Amino acid sequence: MLALPALVLLLAVIGYPLLTIILRSLSEPEWGLQNYIWFFSMPINLTVLQRTFVISTWVTLVCVVSAYPYAYLMTAVGPRVRLVLMLCVLIPFWVSGVVRTLSWVILLQDSGVINSILRSLGLGGVRLIRTQTGVVIGMAQVLLPFMILPLYSVMKGIDLRLMRAAQSLGARPSRAFFTIYLPLSLPGVYAGAIIVFILALGFYITPALLGGPRSTMLSTLVQTQVLSLLQWGRGGAMGVVLLVTTFVLLALAAPVMRSRYREAERR
Amino acid sequence: MNPGQESRGNPGQESRGAAIDLKSISKAYGSFKALDGVSLHIKAGEFMTLLGPSGSGKTTTLNVVAGFTEASSGALEVGGKSVVGVPAHKRNIGVVFQHYALFPHMTVSRNVAYPLALRGVAGAERERRVGQALDMVKMADFGHRFPSELSGGQQQRVALARAIVFDPPLLLMDEPLGALDKKLREWLQLEIKRIHRELGTTFVYVTHDQEEALVLSDRIAVFNRGRIEQIGTGRELYDEPATLFVGKFIGDSTVLRGAAATSGGETAIDIAGQKVATVKRLANGGRPVMLLRPEKLALARRGVGGDGRNRLTGRIGEAIYLGSGSKYEVDLADGSKAIVRSTLEADSFAIGDEVDVLFAGADVKLLADDDKADLTLT
Repeated sequence: MLALPALVLLLAVIGYPLLTIILRSLSEPEWGLQNYIWFFSMPINLTVLQRTFVISTWVTLVCVVSAYPYAYLMTAVGPRVRLVLMLCVLIPFWVSGVVRTLSWVILLQDSGVINSILRSLGLGGVRLIRTQTGVVIGMAQVLLPFMILPLYSVMKGIDLRLMRAAQSLGARPSRAFFTIYLPLSLPGVYAGAIIVFILALGFYITPALLGGPRSTMLSTLVQTQVLSLLQWGRGGAMGVVLLVTTFVLLALAAPVMRSRYREAERR
Repeated sequence: MNPGQESRGNPGQESRGAAIDLKSISKAYGSFKALDGVSLHIKAGEFMTLLGPSGSGKTTTLNVVAGFTEASSGALEVGGKSVVGVPAHKRNIGVVFQHYALFPHMTVSRNVAYPLALRGVAGAERERRVGQALDMVKMADFGHRFPSELSGGQQQRVALARAIVFDPPLLLMDEPLGALDKKLREWLQLEIKRIHRELGTTFVYVTHDQEEALVLSDRIAVFNRGRIEQIGTGRELYDEPATLFVGKFIGDSTVLRGAAATSGGETAIDIAGQKVATVKRLANGGRPVMLLRPEKLALARRGVGGDGRNRLTGRIGEAIYLGSGSKYEVDLADGSKAIVRSTLEADSFAIGDEVDVLFAGADVKLLADDDKADLTLT
């Protein structure tokens, strides 16, 4: 009964627009599959779709690799340091994504802080702004909390005494980590990775501000179609393609994630 | 040494256990001394129990032997070789924890196979040894279960199988039955005893439960405040406690305190005007107290009998029927309590009865008083 407001809200806010988008992609300007045929016949669309998935994958990988030690540190330190680490994760949430992305523009530009430091170290400048690398860095920073939080919540449930048990059975610390700790932390890795990956697929502001024409993501194309060209049908078709592709990928990944214990068992 | 103790283990078969030597091991955390000069020699194949209240240093000692904690000073030898500075994973010592510590993402079989996999044992040989270890703890039918599908007692048996499957010469157990209920605990005690007998491995067992220590051990080391108070067989500790702490910690006891007078070879203690005496004296000085075991005390109606034994007046405060006899708590004139066990044939008494507590001077253990003995026991 108490779940009703949320249910209504979800149906109204997600269900209704989604239905509208699907309908419009099939009905504008006239009924038929013309918008989908258009999408798949334009090489630029496919390139951007592929790039969207590649960038999202990179962002997810960067997040996993950088969040893992951070989340582990949060479980290992005392309560006061943990609070500071937690605030470092949460404070960016309170700052708008636009502001954070703009600050990345300042950091990444050719005359920006990062390049100044690199040059003063004699390493020469690196082109970061309007490149795919810049987009990945910016997006990873914005999405990092979504990786750290689920990882931390799983990791803090792992009994560290198991590591001691593994060592008593003859496992050196690195072996104990890879055979015990890592498998037990995988549910957190998967949960965080899925959230980051899906959020990254739909990112608009960061790639638009940090990226150049060669790092356009699908959401930018949708925006152009809908707001600049008023092609609601084509924009809708793009959205549906992105949605379906995401579902297919998740369906492929699901068995791997579900069988994590069995897999560890077979090894 | 008790007769019969030496014949433990596999007769005619060389013991596979390792001897352990702790030489004045100390461990300090800041100014707190968790261990203060602990020395202990454990014979190969022996079942040694480290007994003591919480915070007495028994678990710290175990952790030092396992390699989880580095001692601040002292020497430690396992099987004749120093293991100081050797990391835990190179010590080849089995450890069973109170919290089981089974790997939740592995089946029972995989858990038990884990130490074998680390040692490069593979294929049919690995399977055979896993099966053998699970057989030994009677868990052979549970190989495909996950730890979360087992009861506490079953999990601990799997943990035991995992700790013995790689044939360690030494097995450490840290209150392994502490989280289980009484019935299960008693049954598993007998199982652990049987496994010790079959393996011939040296067992070091940590517990705060003196009954458990008596059931299991060849010898017991009693810990108190970071030191060992006494090492001996259960019988030695019960019959000849070296300190008041040991006397009170092992078994029931009556402690008589009062103004003491020593003349010649005799020590007398004055308890609310009544004098009790024994033909013994305290060797190392200190204020003498008398310690008596419940079966050394007898009860009589006020003023009846006595035949020259020591006599203290009291009133029955509690009477407990035990089946094989009765246990009485007698409130003595000075406010202390005497604990008396009597057989079925003896007279029975009711709460409030005025009685005399009788005992022979020869049955008294004369010990140096230790105020802190009471403190650490409660």
